[in-house]
Amino acid sequence: MVKKPKPPPALLSRALLPPRFAAWFAQRGWEPRTHQMALLEKAQQGESALLIAPTGAGKTLAGFLPSLIDLEQPRNRSGLHTLYISPLKALAVDVARNLETPVQEMGLPVKIETRTGDTSAAKRMRQRRHPPDILLTTPEQLALLLATADAQPLFSTLRRIVLDELHAMVTSKRGDLLALGLARLRAIAPAMTAVGLSATVRDPDELRRYLVDQNGANPLAGLVTTPAGAQADIQMLDTRERLPWSGHSALHAMREIYAAIKASRMTLVFVNTRAQAEAIFQQLWTINDDNLAIALHHGSLDAGQRRKVEAAMSAGQLKAVVCTSTLDLGIDWGDVDLVINVGAPKGASRIAQRIGRANHRLDEPSRALLVPANRFEVLECRAAIDAAKAGEQDTPPRRIGSLDVLCQHILGMACSEPFQADALYQEVRSAEPYSDLPRKDFDDALDFVATGGYALKTYDRFAKIKQTKDGLWRVANPKVAQSYRMNVGTIVESDMLKVRLVRGRAQQRAVPAASAPSGSGGLWYPTRLQGEQTRAAYTGPLMRGGRVLGEIEEYFLETLAPGDTFLFGGEILALQGIVENEALVARARSDTPKVPSYAGGKFPLSTWLAQRVRQMLSNPRSWKTLPSQVGEWLKLQQHFSMLPPASDLLVETFPRGERYFMVAYPFEGRLAHQTLGMLLTRRMERLSLRPMGFVANDYAIAIWSLGDVGEQLASGKLALSTLFNEDMLGDDLEEWLQESALMKRTFRNCAVVAGLIERRAPGREKTGRQVTISTDLVYDVLRRHQPDHILLRAAREDALTGLLDLSRLAGMLSRIQGRIVHKRLDHVSPLAVPVMLEIGREPIYGEAQEQVLKEAADDLIREAMS
Amino acid sequence: MNMQARIRTETTAHIAVADVRLLADPGGVLVHETERLLVVADLHFEKGSAFASRRQLLPPYDTAATLARLTRLIMRHDPKTVIALGDSFHDVRAGERISSADREALKALMQRRQWIWIAGNHDPALPQDIGGEMLETLRVGALTFRHEPQAGAALGEIAGHLHPAARVTSPSGSVRRRCFVGDGTRCVMPAFGAYAGGLNIRDRAFAPLFGDAAPTAHVLGQSRVYAVGWSACGHD
Repeated sequence: MVKKPKPPPALLSRALLPPRFAAWFAQRGWEPRTHQMALLEKAQQGESALLIAPTGAGKTLAGFLPSLIDLEQPRNRSGLHTLYISPLKALAVDVARNLETPVQEMGLPVKIETRTGDTSAAKRMRQRRHPPDILLTTPEQLALLLATADAQPLFSTLRRIVLDELHAMVTSKRGDLLALGLARLRAIAPAMTAVGLSATVRDPDELRRYLVDQNGANPLAGLVTTPAGAQADIQMLDTRERLPWSGHSALHAMREIYAAIKASRMTLVFVNTRAQAEAIFQQLWTINDDNLAIALHHGSLDAGQRRKVEAAMSAGQLKAVVCTSTLDLGIDWGDVDLVINVGAPKGASRIAQRIGRANHRLDEPSRALLVPANRFEVLECRAAIDAAKAGEQDTPPRRIGSLDVLCQHILGMACSEPFQADALYQEVRSAEPYSDLPRKDFDDALDFVATGGYALKTYDRFAKIKQTKDGLWRVANPKVAQSYRMNVGTIVESDMLKVRLVRGRAQQRAVPAASAPSGSGGLWYPTRLQGEQTRAAYTGPLMRGGRVLGEIEEYFLETLAPGDTFLFGGEILALQGIVENEALVARARSDTPKVPSYAGGKFPLSTWLAQRVRQMLSNPRSWKTLPSQVGEWLKLQQHFSMLPPASDLLVETFPRGERYFMVAYPFEGRLAHQTLGMLLTRRMERLSLRPMGFVANDYAIAIWSLGDVGEQLASGKLALSTLFNEDMLGDDLEEWLQESALMKRTFRNCAVVAGLIERRAPGREKTGRQVTISTDLVYDVLRRHQPDHILLRAAREDALTGLLDLSRLAGMLSRIQGRIVHKRLDHVSPLAVPVMLEIGREPIYGEAQEQVLKEAADDLIREAMS
Repeated sequence: MNMQARIRTETTAHIAVADVRLLADPGGVLVHETERLLVVADLHFEKGSAFASRRQLLPPYDTAATLARLTRLIMRHDPKTVIALGDSFHDVRAGERISSADREALKALMQRRQWIWIAGNHDPALPQDIGGEMLETLRVGALTFRHEPQAGAALGEIAGHLHPAARVTSPSGSVRRRCFVGDGTRCVMPAFGAYAGGLNIRDRAFAPLFGDAAPTAHVLGQSRVYAVGWSACGHD
């Protein structure tokens, strides 16, 4: 057989591009890119496709080109032609703006509109009846549109759907909701094709399946990739300072970071948590002798403030932005030529995407500097650089669709029009995350939506959806639909409190802001503060009415007492008190805020990087690529104890103070380690080892006890295989789950998403605080009376991968069976120092809750006796 | 620590109200030992089904859960008289929704005991055929039992209604629990119902009850009631 040679792109584009488009490309001096033409070819063959390309490759134009060409032709009837879904509403707005350029320059008769939470009610209503040709929106808005009676007429004309940043959407419950929406769209508009735009991922086939009907003849969408751009230039900061043993703020490296910012055009400084962002921003400003325009950007800041920073970025007015994952995605905000990542990279794909934020021209390498904040992070940074060079990806594996999202979707579908259960089940199974959904789970979800799904069938008369005589399910009354619309979505925010600036009792004058460089607005500069003393807590009545600075997680504020100072929005603030859903704060006169310590990072270390770190540790020849301080530290560990073998678990025991310590090095991430700590301490309690508490970081866990674990192990009274036996995931886990606050938080999310708890009800806004109280109580009752209830099952599934990371813990326990090495030491080992230093910084678990009450009660006794 | 050990280590504390010593059980009830009187506040039976009637389908097991806990405490203290301090039923139609099993369980509990329902704002009237006696207030010696605490001084008052909870902060962390709150002259009891939430005792609703002397929070622990000073109780 003779292979037909592929025509060169220029020929291909002449064949596919209409004259008007070819002229436009020529006029701009562009040649259509190979992937743009390949995607167009797929579209014209009526095939769905996934495009994997780095930022800056003209991905968006590639996604829309087939639609624009289609829309150039006169149409029989007007109607919605293309739907674009983005994870960020700002991105949707930005893409709409960029799309106007080719449309206007070619004079195409195409109407483009966005629809987000900010779109006016009148416009939204009009869009439903008289839609634009191209509508750009978010997964939540799509769910809302699909739940209206207009869904059928609105979407029947749909030809294409473009899913942007697909790799980011599919990893969460939003991805489940979107997949279900996609299934419904396919049912309404069978001729529709889907296009996914994605960054590089570990397994493209997962995304290719996501795009198409899993019941269909071809359950795999086409694939278009671009050749890799220039290899990124990634360095690790080889600090001249002493490398810290622990902590995440990298304060030692501040001058070096500052110098790098100064030497570049524009720098993005990525960190993992808001608290880190605040601390680093503050530190950079204390040494900002050149008054460089350095701004701060994180999700808790007031939206207006964030928009200002973004505008200043694209206008090229900024020298650097310290930011969290809020800038990981999407919008091209100016001419970034350096990305600095402070702290642990946590995952190879994550770091690759962050680095991709620099230098959007494909032919030049992106420049990145990794700044480890402590010695373990040096290993992690080295592993990440090696992984990036090898082009390895560690995006999370595919999700199994959540049952709580399914519940929400079923109610939404009933709000749209009455449905047949069998037909909806088939439709749901066409969505990739639900392709294996058992019928029983679907029926349970349906039962939950109707009457709560309780074995005690007492709520029939209160049913939300009811079956008609002909077997169709429909909403019981319009109020149910109204309540659905107010509660749609899968993102359950942590309970957030508004941060409002008030004046303290002393009525001190506002502290003057630092002198900002002229002409740059100054809003993003921190307030420089003078003076030493921290203002005493204000104890009088709290006065409201100041400016709102942003929002902050309630659980964070719970760790503070009135008068405590913390960093927020680049200022040192003193908590005055909490009134309803607002935290009232005053500016504080202090140079040293009580910086809270939950800065460990919310992203767990990826299994992939953990593997590389373990291999590096166990192989001394690889240490020559590490800073000399780290090499020496590892040599010391080799001398005093041993290095954790690549596939075995090292456990060290040693006495310290009045306690006996056990330190283990599983490298499975903090969440899995915390769960392990809870389970191990329970087990040790039963073995009368009298554990007192534990701390965990991403690499290791330290448990201290009154009983001498080392002696028991050495004398053979206790075996490590007993202590670390997989059976801890049985009864111990069950018992602990009953009380676990994390499990309650997971359950709360499921209850909100599934619609058991309404976040918002007509006429009254329920604050998150009230939701928390009632779901904890509901959890306790439901667990005792119907432990197999669908929401408990959903919460358990979430816990497997979420806050408890049970799946990783289970994997580790099975991996290390028979492979545990014990080292009994006289004192703490070099490798144990970092986790030991977390003691007193990180919250301590175990019997601590009762301990809090006991201490408070003891204080009272002392007070009474004195 | 297993359950066996927990029960054995269980201890009880005492709270004085107008010089009467009352036993405070960590389960959230007060016991007048000499009068053999047990007091429980804010049972909120059928709160779940009340939500369900507005189509928020909370699990319908709250009444059973509340009754089971109350039964254990009544077995433990074997009182002659039980006083339910109001808001025992979440609403006046609770009697129509309560399951027959729960109704029977409640009846069994009430047998051979004097049972007094103090009227609450949620339950100004009793469900039909529920039994027991309904009163606005009850005096027993120096003590006065009523649902809603009165503003200003009220020597000997034992009330519910406010659902007190304390956020206790110590160097090891912070915990929020239901509590009794009292200053020796009066006491507000924690809500007992499975779905009854808590109101922080730092809330202004508590301010009119206690004069200059700061009250003490008697916080419900796993197996003990902890007396915690006002200054150790924080805002939420």
